[in-house]
Amino acid sequence: MGLQAIFFYIFAFVAIAAAFMVISAKNPVHSVLFLILVFFNAAGLFLLTGAEFLAMILLVVYIGAVAVLFLFVVMMLDIDFAELRSGVLQYAPVGILVGLIVAAELVVVIGGSVLTPEAAKSITMPIPNPAERTNTAALGDVLYTNYVYFFQIAGMILLVAMIGAIVLTLRHRQHIKRQDISRQVARTPATAVEVIKVKSGQGL
Amino acid sequence: MTAELLSLSLQLSMPEIILAVGALALLMIGVFTGEKSAPMVTMLAVALLVVAAVWVAVMPGSGEGWGGAFILDPFARFMKVVALIGSIVAIGLSFGQARYLELDKFEFPVVLVLSTLGMMVLISANDLISFYLGLELMSLSLYVVAAFNRDSLRSTEAGLKYFVLGALSSGMMLYGMSLVYGFTGNTGFDEIARVLSTETRGLGLIFGMVFVLAGACFKISAVPFHMWTPDVYEGAPTPVTAFFAAGPKVAAMAILVRVVSEAFSPIVADWRQIIVFVAIASMLLGSFAAIGQKNIKRLMAYSSIGHMGYALVGLAAGTETGVSGVVLYMTIYMVMTLGTFACILAMRREDGVYLENVEDLAGLSSTKPFMAVVLTALMFSMAGIPPLAGFFAKYFVFVAAIEAKLYALSVIGVLSSVVGAYYYLRLVKLMWFDAPKGEFARTGGILRLVFGLSGLFVVAYVVIGGPIGMAANAAAKSFF
Repeated sequence: MGLQAIFFYIFAFVAIAAAFMVISAKNPVHSVLFLILVFFNAAGLFLLTGAEFLAMILLVVYIGAVAVLFLFVVMMLDIDFAELRSGVLQYAPVGILVGLIVAAELVVVIGGSVLTPEAAKSITMPIPNPAERTNTAALGDVLYTNYVYFFQIAGMILLVAMIGAIVLTLRHRQHIKRQDISRQVARTPATAVEVIKVKSGQGL
Repeated sequence: MTAELLSLSLQLSMPEIILAVGALALLMIGVFTGEKSAPMVTMLAVALLVVAAVWVAVMPGSGEGWGGAFILDPFARFMKVVALIGSIVAIGLSFGQARYLELDKFEFPVVLVLSTLGMMVLISANDLISFYLGLELMSLSLYVVAAFNRDSLRSTEAGLKYFVLGALSSGMMLYGMSLVYGFTGNTGFDEIARVLSTETRGLGLIFGMVFVLAGACFKISAVPFHMWTPDVYEGAPTPVTAFFAAGPKVAAMAILVRVVSEAFSPIVADWRQIIVFVAIASMLLGSFAAIGQKNIKRLMAYSSIGHMGYALVGLAAGTETGVSGVVLYMTIYMVMTLGTFACILAMRREDGVYLENVEDLAGLSSTKPFMAVVLTALMFSMAGIPPLAGFFAKYFVFVAAIEAKLYALSVIGVLSSVVGAYYYLRLVKLMWFDAPKGEFARTGGILRLVFGLSGLFVVAYVVIGGPIGMAANAAAKSFF
């Protein structure tokens, strides 16, 4: 058993255990933290298969953005998780059914590729050998050359999403105290401090 | 990609680049000049679209760019000009009305320009990926503008409904595209056609094709994917509805034509039965469901469902005359629709309330004779009465269907157009023979210009139709 196999079992075991904890932890914040652990281990598994680009994207996007967003939502929204969880046993049969279907599909897919190895030949763009070319470099090769048109349009789509989110939700409220940096900087002792003579026995 | 190929690609997609860079510039102008900039940005947006339209129409050159993802042929050129004119007129329609409808924010024209960019990408798509990206860019902008009047419950509901259903249809279409890719090994339309012509088609590919067609049919609101149309048309602000009914329909129909007559051209028999079914269902539903409508925007929604059915009759033929009929139908449909929506926008009371009921048109001939004449011409044209433009549109698609021996389809189509004539003529009867119920406010100059031009086009089509028909024929030659 090589070093790679040992790491595979560590990552796989921790990932599954953490995934179980995500759904069984009592505190939703703990659930999100376990979810981050799952993402870390999945990234490790990607690294073992030579997909280092996917691994890094998983770290940056899922942990850096999505999981943090989850944490915000969990902490800021007042969701009664105990109530959400009360029907777990009720939904268990459906959950088991879905699990069985996914398992059956996995068997079909893996069985299919074992029974008919020639199916893999229909792939027109084979993955380059990771020893000769890292997949980050391979992606970079085509993303900004062959696929630059798609890349730019995808950028425009994201821009529309951003404009839409702002225009549909931003409201300019009138009576809000906002920070005005130029006013803050322009303050002098003469405008900021007022000296008042307090007459004895009267107060302010 | 070599420098030579890159410069060719840039040259071919120059109108798209103009729109993309221009939209970014407009956004900057809007942000830095503040909230009062809406009228100026709207005018600049119209100018930008005019520049792009002129570029598309005048600049020579054709071929594939960006590694086959983009294609500029006579068909794309014609449809792009039509879609751009639709967008220009629809933005123009919003111009005088924006402040009544709370559309007077600078983001509104910017999002519409981006949506138009999506239409151009869609019309020029020669690859499943650019097909999807163009569709998504167009639709995402449409979801935003449908909900643009966010204080109105109806507008928000329209936007949300459109978004949820549109996302569902995009998901289905992506699923279909992944199946097509899986069973042909390619995403380019040319390569898919090549694979399909050499190999026997599998069942999985048919599944994929059905899902792709379903996604495109959703965008043109053909039955059975039409459910969103009446609600969204009714709920969205009227200039936005006019925009929906113009460019996006043209662009989605263009990609539907391209995908079946290019990528799926070797399996005509398989897609023809789908198109025939969709066409028959749309024509029937469009004619019967519109009869009971009281709201004129809902009426226009059902009318547009019916018109999409007639346009698909030409596509079902799968011949050069058929495609030329579709191109012509979409052009005439767009002009008629924009004219009608200009009339609907003119139904504004003195106090700024927009009327939307069919009954409010009663006695229009005595209160606003010019508008009544134009609207009558448009309604007769939509019903397909000669010698107006709508008659020629229907004539060419049905001739193509009969040439392709689709007799049942043609008979059902002609009969349902008779049913459809009822509700168009009911509007005419209301305008000319009923007593007026109230006065409308003075009509703005842009609205008068738009419905005047549209009425002129419809009436004078007998005279000016020749060159348009020839351009449509040249466009259809791209595929055959």
